[in-house]
Amino acid sequence: MMKIQCFGVARDIAGGPYLSLDQLEGRSVAELRQALLQAYPAFGELVSFAIARNEEYASDEERIEAGDQLVIIPPVAGG
Amino acid sequence: MADSNSHIDVQLSATALSLQACRDFVVHPSCGGLCFFEGTIRDLNLGATVTHLEFEAYAPMAVKEMTKIAVAARDRFGLHAVALHHRTGDLAIGDTAVIIAVSSVHRKPAFAGCEFIIDELKKTVPIWKREFRADGSHWLNAHP
Repeated sequence: MMKIQCFGVARDIAGGPYLSLDQLEGRSVAELRQALLQAYPAFGELVSFAIARNEEYASDEERIEAGDQLVIIPPVAGG
Repeated sequence: MADSNSHIDVQLSATALSLQACRDFVVHPSCGGLCFFEGTIRDLNLGATVTHLEFEAYAPMAVKEMTKIAVAARDRFGLHAVALHHRTGDLAIGDTAVIIAVSSVHRKPAFAGCEFIIDELKKTVPIWKREFRADGSHWLNAHP
C-alpha cells in the first residue's frame, strides 16, 4: 500500500488527508491516475488534477518507486 | 546572476503579510523602478456574497514553485530583486492574500515582471482556496 496525500477538494473526495492504493511501485503516473479514477470516480468531475512526485509535478511516463511522496494536486487557486 | 536564488525572497506565511517588508527587500540605490502587486480578499465573487476564505498549501512544493517563478521573472526581465509572499489559513474580507514586490533599473521590466509572477502563480503553485458564503463553502476552480 502506498499513501497518497490529498489537498483541497481532493481531501473532500478522499474523505481525509490521505488515501491508499495497492501495487503502485513500478507503475507509471498515468496508471496511478487511472487507478485513482477507478477507486474515486469523483476525480473525473474535476477540471483537472495533477500528481506531484517528491515535490515536483510528475509526467504521465514517470515510474513510481517505493518511498515516493505522492500528492494529488487538484486545480490550484492561489493569489 | 551567478547564485541561483540571490535577490529572491519567497515566503509562505500563516500570519499577516507586510508590504513594507517586501519593499525593504527589493529596494536598491541602482533601481529606479519598484512595482508591487497586492492581492486582497473581496466580498463578491460571481455575484455571491463571500464571508471569508481559507487558503491551504502543499507547503514544501508551494515554496519550490514560488521560487521557480521568482527566479524565472528575475532572469527573464532582468530584475534586481523579487519578494513573493503568500498567506495560508483563514482570511477575512480585505485581508492580503499575496504580495509581490520587484525592483529594476527602469520601470517597464518591473511592471512586466510583476504581472508575469502573479499570472504564473495562479497556474502552478499548489495553493487552494475554499470560499465561504452564507449558504456553504466550495473549493474555487475545482469543478467546471
